[in-house]
Amino acid sequence: MSENSEKQIDAATGTELNTHEWDGIQELNTPLPRWWLWTFYATIIFSLGYVVVYPAIPLMDSATAGTFGWSSRGDLKKEVAAAEATRASTNKAIAQMPIEQLAASPELMRAAVEGGRAAFKVNCVQCHGSGAAGSKGYPNLNDDDWLWSGDLAGIHTTLVNGIRQPGDDATRVSQMPAFGRDQMLTAAQVEDVVSYVRLVSRQEPASASAQRGTKLYADNCAACHGANAEGNRDVGAPNLADPIWLYGGDRAALTETVTNARQGVMPAWGQRLDPVTVKMLAAYVHSLGGGEQAKR
Amino acid sequence: MSSHVNRTGKAGGLYARRPDIFPRAVDGFYRRLKWAIMAVTLAIYYVTPWLRWERGVYAPDQAVLVDLANRRFYFFAIEIWPHEFYYVAGLLVMAGIGLFLLTATVGRAWCGYACPQTVWTDLFLHIERLIDGDRNAQIKLRKAPLGPSKIVKRTAKHSAWLLVGTLTGGAWIFYFADAPTLLRELFSGRAATVAYSTIAILTATTYIFGGWMREQVCIYMCPWPRIQGAMLDERSLIVTYKEWRGEPRTRGLKRAVDRVEVGDEAGDCIDCNACVAVCPTGIDIRNGPQIGCITCALCIDACDDVMARIARPRGLIDYATFEDCDVERKGGAPVPVRRTILRSRTFLYFGLWAAVGLGMIVSLGARTRLDLSVAQERNPLFVQLSDGSVRNAYTIKVRNMETRPRTVRISIEGLSGGAIWDSLSDEGSARPSLTVQVGPDQVARRRIYVRASRSGPAAQDFTFGLTALDDQGGADRDAARFDRPETVE
Ligand code: SF4
Ligand code: SF4
Repeated sequence: MSENSEKQIDAATGTELNTHEWDGIQELNTPLPRWWLWTFYATIIFSLGYVVVYPAIPLMDSATAGTFGWSSRGDLKKEVAAAEATRASTNKAIAQMPIEQLAASPELMRAAVEGGRAAFKVNCVQCHGSGAAGSKGYPNLNDDDWLWSGDLAGIHTTLVNGIRQPGDDATRVSQMPAFGRDQMLTAAQVEDVVSYVRLVSRQEPASASAQRGTKLYADNCAACHGANAEGNRDVGAPNLADPIWLYGGDRAALTETVTNARQGVMPAWGQRLDPVTVKMLAAYVHSLGGGEQAKR
Repeated sequence: MSSHVNRTGKAGGLYARRPDIFPRAVDGFYRRLKWAIMAVTLAIYYVTPWLRWERGVYAPDQAVLVDLANRRFYFFAIEIWPHEFYYVAGLLVMAGIGLFLLTATVGRAWCGYACPQTVWTDLFLHIERLIDGDRNAQIKLRKAPLGPSKIVKRTAKHSAWLLVGTLTGGAWIFYFADAPTLLRELFSGRAATVAYSTIAILTATTYIFGGWMREQVCIYMCPWPRIQGAMLDERSLIVTYKEWRGEPRTRGLKRAVDRVEVGDEAGDCIDCNACVAVCPTGIDIRNGPQIGCITCALCIDACDDVMARIARPRGLIDYATFEDCDVERKGGAPVPVRRTILRSRTFLYFGLWAAVGLGMIVSLGARTRLDLSVAQERNPLFVQLSDGSVRNAYTIKVRNMETRPRTVRISIEGLSGGAIWDSLSDEGSARPSLTVQVGPDQVARRRIYVRASRSGPAAQDFTFGLTALDDQGGADRDAARFDRPETVE
C-alpha cells in the first residue's frame, strides 16, 4: 500500500506504481485477483472445520477427539484387526495340523514360514542374530549341522521345550563331563584328546599327541560322540568331524570345552509363546536352508 | 491502453475483481482448426476407455487401462509392468522435448489449441453462447435485473456446465477400471467410494476452471506460460500485431479513407476492437506480446475478417516471428513459414524427440516377456555346511509377463559343482537346476540356495540362467556372486 496519498500511474500499463524505487526501477503495484483472497478465506474456513472434525488441539496428555472420534490409532487398530481376521483361518489350520504334516501343504508352510520370520525377529534375534547366523555359543540356524534334530518335528521339540530349562521334563539336556575340572583327565591328556579331535576334523596332521588321544577318546568320548566322532543327536552330542564348531574348533576353545564342558541354554518357548507361533518358528528355522526331512 | 492482467478493476487497492469477459464468436481458418482439434481431443478423451483389445483369458480386454490394484498399465498391445516404469519416464521426456519442439516452432500452440483448460473453456464458452447468445446479448443479460428469463437462462447454463463437468469426471475414472463394469456399478451404487469422489472432484474442478476461472487459470495458476516464454526465440511463430502497418489507427473506415484522401498517413487498423472482443483471455494484442496471450489466433480470424471488409490484405494480426517483424518493419518480405519451421533448433529438438521415441520402440520390440532377477542374501553372506561345502542364499524373481502360465528352468553357470534347491524343499533335492512354475502375468519369488565346494575365490562371479521349458521359448540371465569364507593359511 502506498503511504503517499498521491498515486503514481504507470503510463504504459495504466497500473499504479509502488512508491519505493531501487536504482531507478519502480515496481508496478499489481493487485492480486480477488478470488485469490476468497480462496485464502476458504482455506481458513476449511481449517476450522478440520479442527472440529478431526483430533487437532493438543491437551496435556491427549488431544481433542474430533466430532467423529476418528484417530490414526483407531485406523491402525481396525487394520490390524482386519489383518488378523484374514489370517485367522490360516492360523487355525496351522494349529490343527501336526507339525510333521505341515510340509505337505505348501500354502500353510509358506504362511508359517512368513509368520515365523516375523516372530523370529522379535524373539530369537537377540541370541541367534538377525540373519540366524548365530555366534560363538549360539548355533547358526542356517547350516545343516544339528545337535538334536533338523527335521520339523525335532526343531519344534527343541523350540517348545528349550535347552536345559528347569521345570520342563522334556527339555533338551546334554551332559558333557568337565573332564579337566573334575580331574577325569590330566591337563596333558586333555591336550592329547584335543589333538585327536583336531586330527579327525582335519584341522591338524597326525601327531604323537593325537596318537595318544586316540585311546583316550575311545575310552572317554566315543560313548557319546561316536566311534568316528560323528556325534549322536539322541543325546545332543555334536559331530566333531565336521568343520562346524559351536564354541570354536581351535586348540584353546577345544581345551576349554574338554576341561570345563559347555552348558548352553535356550528358553522353553512353549511356555512363552502360543502354539501357532512356535510352529511357525519351527517352520521358519527349517526353511533357513539346513532343514531336514523326517527320517522314515 | 491497459492490458487485462494489469487492470486494477473496480475494487482497486490490494485485490482486483475479475473483469467479465464476453468473447465474441468468430469464424475463420484458425477457429475451424480449433474446432477440429477440440473434436479430436474430446473424442479421444471420452471414447478411449471404451475401446476393447483382446488379450486372452488372464488379462483385461480394455485397450487402455491403468490397473492400479494389480500395478499394470495396458496400452493396446503394450503392457507395462511397474519395473518398466522407464517407458513412462520416456514418454514424459518425449512430452518435455515435444513441448520444446512445439514452442520453438509455433510458439504457445499447446496453450492455444490442445491444453485441456483451453479445450474445455472453449466448450463452456460455446455452451454459454448457445444459451445466452453472443457477446452483446451476454453483456445485456449480465446487466439485466434478475427476472424469470434470466433465471431460466442462468439455471440452464450452469446445469449444462455441471453436466459437462460430470461427464468429464465420469470419463476419467473409466481409465482405471473395466469401463462397462464400472458404468453398471456406478448406476447401481456399488462402485468404490473413490470412483464417486473422483467424479465429484473432477466435476467441481471442471465446472470452476472451465466456467468461472477460465483465463485466470492460464494467467495466475499455470506454470507453462512462464516456461514457454523462456523457450521462445526470435524465430518462433507467435501471434503478433504488425504495428508498423496498423499505426496510426484511424477511428473507423470512413475516417481512414478521408485521411488517405488528404494525403495524411493512415494505418490499416481501424480500431474496431474486434480483436479484443473475440479474445478469450480479454487482452489487447495490439499492446504487444504478453503473458495473457495463449496464441489461440482467434484475433487473427477476427482481424482478417475486418481486413477483407475494408479491402486490405489480411494478416494485420498474424503468426510472425520477431525476425520477420524486424524485416517487415524495414519493408522487406518475411521468411517463408517453411524455413521458420525447418531450422537447426527445431531439427535438434525433433532429433532428440525421435531418438527417445525410437529407443523406446526398439526396446519395446526387444524386451523379453520373461525376466529373471537375482538378489543375494547378505545376512549371513555364506554358510559353512557340515560336509565342508559352502552355501549361499539368493532371492530370485521370475516375472512371467505373458498372459499364460509358464514353466522355466533356473540353472547356474560358471560355478563348478554348484547345486541349487529352493527353501521349500531341502538340501537333499539339490540339483544343478531347478524348475519353477509361474502363473500368468505373475511374479514367482523364491528363496533359493546354492551349494558349492569350499575351495575357490572368496568372491566368485557366476550367472543364473533362465530357460523357458515350453515351445514358446525365451531366456534370460542375471549375474550373481558366490561368497566363501576367507581361506586361512
Ligand atoms: S481487429 Fe484488426 S482492425 Fe480491428 S482493432 Fe483489432 S487490429 Fe485493429
Ligand atoms: S490475443 Fe489473440 S491469440 Fe492471444 S489469446 Fe487473445 S485472441 Fe488468442
